[in-house]
Amino acid sequence: MTTVYDDLSDADTGDVPVNRIKFTINGKKKIAEVEPRLLLSHLIRRGLGLTGTHMGCDTTNCGACTVLVDGRAIKSCTMLAVQADGHEITTVEGLASASELHPLQEGFKEEHGLQCGFCTPGMMMAAKQLLDENPAPTEEDVRWALSGNLCRCTGYQNIVKSVLWAADKLRAEG
Amino acid sequence: MYPSRFRYEAPRSLDEAIALLRDGGDDAKVMAGGQSLVPLMKLRFASPELIVDINNVPGLAYHRQDPDGTLHVGALCRHAELERSALLDATQPTMAAAAPLIADPLVRNRGTLVGSLCHADPQGDWASVTMALGGSIIAQGPGGRRTIPVADFVTGPFQNVLEPAEIAIEAVIPAAQGTRSGGYLKLERRVGDFATVGVAVAVETAGNVVNRAGIALTGVGGATIAATEAQQALVGQPLSAATIEEAATLAAAAARPKSDHRGSAEYKRHMVHTFVTRILSRTESIAERAA
Repeated sequence: MTTVYDDLSDADTGDVPVNRIKFTINGKKKIAEVEPRLLLSHLIRRGLGLTGTHMGCDTTNCGACTVLVDGRAIKSCTMLAVQADGHEITTVEGLASASELHPLQEGFKEEHGLQCGFCTPGMMMAAKQLLDENPAPTEEDVRWALSGNLCRCTGYQNIVKSVLWAADKLRAEG
Repeated sequence: MYPSRFRYEAPRSLDEAIALLRDGGDDAKVMAGGQSLVPLMKLRFASPELIVDINNVPGLAYHRQDPDGTLHVGALCRHAELERSALLDATQPTMAAAAPLIADPLVRNRGTLVGSLCHADPQGDWASVTMALGGSIIAQGPGGRRTIPVADFVTGPFQNVLEPAEIAIEAVIPAAQGTRSGGYLKLERRVGDFATVGVAVAVETAGNVVNRAGIALTGVGGATIAATEAQQALVGQPLSAATIEEAATLAAAAARPKSDHRGSAEYKRHMVHTFVTRILSRTESIAERAA
């Protein structure tokens, strides 16, 4: 895989450190060569073209860039891409199967869980970890799990309803 | 935002990590969870030339208790592990109360207690919690291991006593002398914010008499403050409305808050008093039940 990033300084190419990493993203194995200062969010969006992961604040506040690393929801703007070596990443693109939406995605549709939609991928990924670990969350569990994800439209009521809808659906599906 | 250019190493043993740090000198930095360091690097407040990532070093992701009650928290133990820990729930009320209040769930999945102590942000929550509990840091370097009390570990904002080639590998919380109780209360404008006021209280009682008391304050001074006079006022005394009021008053007097966008100095001092009273009043009833 060839990846092209912005050249951010006048250093000779020989002086630019590059690390080779192997990782899995949405079930697919990848090899990449990255400069260590590349953030995971950059690798996902620019290197892999998976633009479902959004960059919001870029300062570890908003959670729009949330992805799963080995099943744990983290802020991809606050992890180095090189640290993905040997790990398994899931982005919002990894939720749906080829033909079917994930119950979380259905839930956001059914309960109008998004307004502008910018925070939605991060909300879904944080909710994914919650539902993986706790199939029957209370409203408070959902609010707690999403407390690191900000919605500037302040549409939290329907976001919480959407996650609870997804939990019900997943339980019904067994 | 990108950090400045740096070299990256991910050693697979502590010895290798220490050797890398020794060769990297002052411009090398250890990364564990990176939840404070990465933002600082992106904002260019920190521009290390070498990052030594310890996430691949085996044997550091633990928290466990010795038979005598001493608690060990490894350098790769994430906040989230402590938040879900049945061990802390059963034995460490101050830590169990603090763990869910660190940053937000996403940061807690990656950030570590030991890293947070090393980062030495004067507004960090774990510093006051571990200080109140009389905790220590174990550092390993080229010359071997040494134990540093948390109270001596931080020398100033974002500064600690670690030598350039030393790595903080563990935090240690000593065993309680008697029944341990206490708590951590944090006033924050919203989830994930720094503490406007944070109060950590840890008391150890035998028959309702206090053997040991730790009270430490976050966010109300240029550094974490140990409220030593408040602690001394409790030792040897039963927990009562009168002793609690005295400790709360002395703790509020020890605070050095500044007025800012989070609140006035007077308000913050008042909240120290309120929080000490709240935690100790709960503690009083626990101590009575135990006695």
